[in-house]
Amino acid sequence: MANNLAIDNAGLKPAEARLASALAGFKLRDTAFHLLTLAAAWTVLILLGGVIASLILGSMPAIKAFGLNFLSTEAWNPVTEKFGAMAPVYGTVVTSLIAMAIAVPSALGIAIFLTELCPFRLRKPVGIAIELLAGIPSIIYGIWGLFVFAPFLQEHIQPVLISAFSGVPILSTLFAGPPYGIGVLTAGIILAIMVLPIVTSISRDVFETVPAVLKEAAYAVGCTTWEVVRSVVIPYTRVGLIGGVMLGLGRALGETMAVTFVIGNAHKIAPSLLAPGTTISATIANEFTEAVGDLYTSALIALGLILFVITFIILAISRYMLMRLHQQEGR
Amino acid sequence: MAIYDSRRRRSKFYLGLCFLAVIIGLGWLALILGTLFFEGLRNISPAVFTQMTPPPGSGGGLLNAIVGSLIMTTLGVAIGTPLGMLAGTYMAEYGRYSKLTVVVRFINDILLSAPSIVIGLFIYEVMVAKMGHFSALAGAAALAVIVIPVVVRTTEDMLLLVPDTLREAARALGLPRSIVIGKVGYRAARAGLITGVLLAIARVSGETAPLLFTALNNQFFSTNLNAPMASLPAVIFQFALSPYKEWQQLAWTGALLITLTVLALSITARALQSQRPAK
Repeated sequence: MANNLAIDNAGLKPAEARLASALAGFKLRDTAFHLLTLAAAWTVLILLGGVIASLILGSMPAIKAFGLNFLSTEAWNPVTEKFGAMAPVYGTVVTSLIAMAIAVPSALGIAIFLTELCPFRLRKPVGIAIELLAGIPSIIYGIWGLFVFAPFLQEHIQPVLISAFSGVPILSTLFAGPPYGIGVLTAGIILAIMVLPIVTSISRDVFETVPAVLKEAAYAVGCTTWEVVRSVVIPYTRVGLIGGVMLGLGRALGETMAVTFVIGNAHKIAPSLLAPGTTISATIANEFTEAVGDLYTSALIALGLILFVITFIILAISRYMLMRLHQQEGR
Repeated sequence: MAIYDSRRRRSKFYLGLCFLAVIIGLGWLALILGTLFFEGLRNISPAVFTQMTPPPGSGGGLLNAIVGSLIMTTLGVAIGTPLGMLAGTYMAEYGRYSKLTVVVRFINDILLSAPSIVIGLFIYEVMVAKMGHFSALAGAAALAVIVIPVVVRTTEDMLLLVPDTLREAARALGLPRSIVIGKVGYRAARAGLITGVLLAIARVSGETAPLLFTALNNQFFSTNLNAPMASLPAVIFQFALSPYKEWQQLAWTGALLITLTVLALSITARALQSQRPAK
């Protein structure tokens, strides 16, 4: 009996020890994995910090040389090393505004159609088609714009615009000059086509959050479909819609390839929308590898910094709006 | 009755505009894809996959660009995916309620839509300028920076969809969290995680801007990671803007190849996602 117990004890002790060491191993591995994931999460923050820091460091020579005048100078002359960001900034803003002016109403229309009017059978395929289109790389839109759209505009649309508006005071300056095909207007329209699926898919998601009871109540008091959309769906989803539009704007501002093909790369601010211009991203894409000298490279990086700051603010507002919408949903 | 009629007319008018938007919007996109297929298929031949990019004025293919794109995409995804998955795991599991998670989520969403050309500038500054030359490695690093936010986002979303009762059941057996995450969380969210990686590949395979001044371009076949490397998007950019007919046609073919890849990846991702059992 006593002998048996002793054997049991002797048998248990190693088992206990094994268990204890296994548990300690578990704990160690768990802590290690925890720290590993934590480090990865910090990496995301460090990446953003790195992007900002490297852009600021890289643009230091240009900031030192030009100061704030960099923002208000139109000249861009690599030979005399005079650089100013005004023309690219102007081009970026104008093309994005044209794009949003076209894309937002169309996207809202498509989203309204998808959530309110579309027969149930078609809803899914059309929705999927739009999301697939949102994934098509921008270079595809660029090459189409260059080979198909720009020549078409040059031959059929721009001459009509120029002659139609030639006597009208403001419009005649907006649509003046020879029809190049490529230019600010073309870039804006191509951007619009590119942003359209993005804004549409967010608007549709946002519209789908409207509780059916609200819409049914409005229909029950005799509202027409349009009145339901105007007075119930859009006010209810306002915050999310603004978020979606801002997200689209953020994309349009930073878009490179779709624009680079069709903008014409001219460093000047022309009053006519048909004239060639440039944007921040197009300038960087076109000139960076050919930039000779520190100041030229630095000026291009400074352009990148301006672009990043603008899009960061726009995207931050957009995310904040969309986040508020999710909190609203949770309530 | 007159008021009612005018309200109905107004409703019809605006809904008609919505319908018009659908026709124009989708029609336009269909037109782009149609042209792409027409122009791209017209010149497709085995030579596209077996020959190098030609000098101006002669025939050739896109072999070096295709191989370059494959190498850099694979490398970028291989670097970006583990990092992104670990960060997403922290946000959904260990740090679900921590402040860091809120901040990382916000920053990650901004990185997700940040202009990719700026990512290219960043990698140029930290890698190309330091190393003194353009390289495929820098190109892959730029792509990895673009992959990370996509994977972080999907990993977090997919892990949050796994029911907590599963985790609690596993914890009740005495398992440490790392094993719960590995054997329960990842396994339950597997389809979603693969979807995330596929979407990241799709996103990266058409990226042009970050490659222009990291990997540059290369007219010849090269698998040297420390030297400039050709990629489909960079070749399309160069060839489309050239005055030579042969180059322009190759650009169309390359564009078609990229679009087909992206569409195939997105459709596979979508099919995987719909296979996922209901929450």
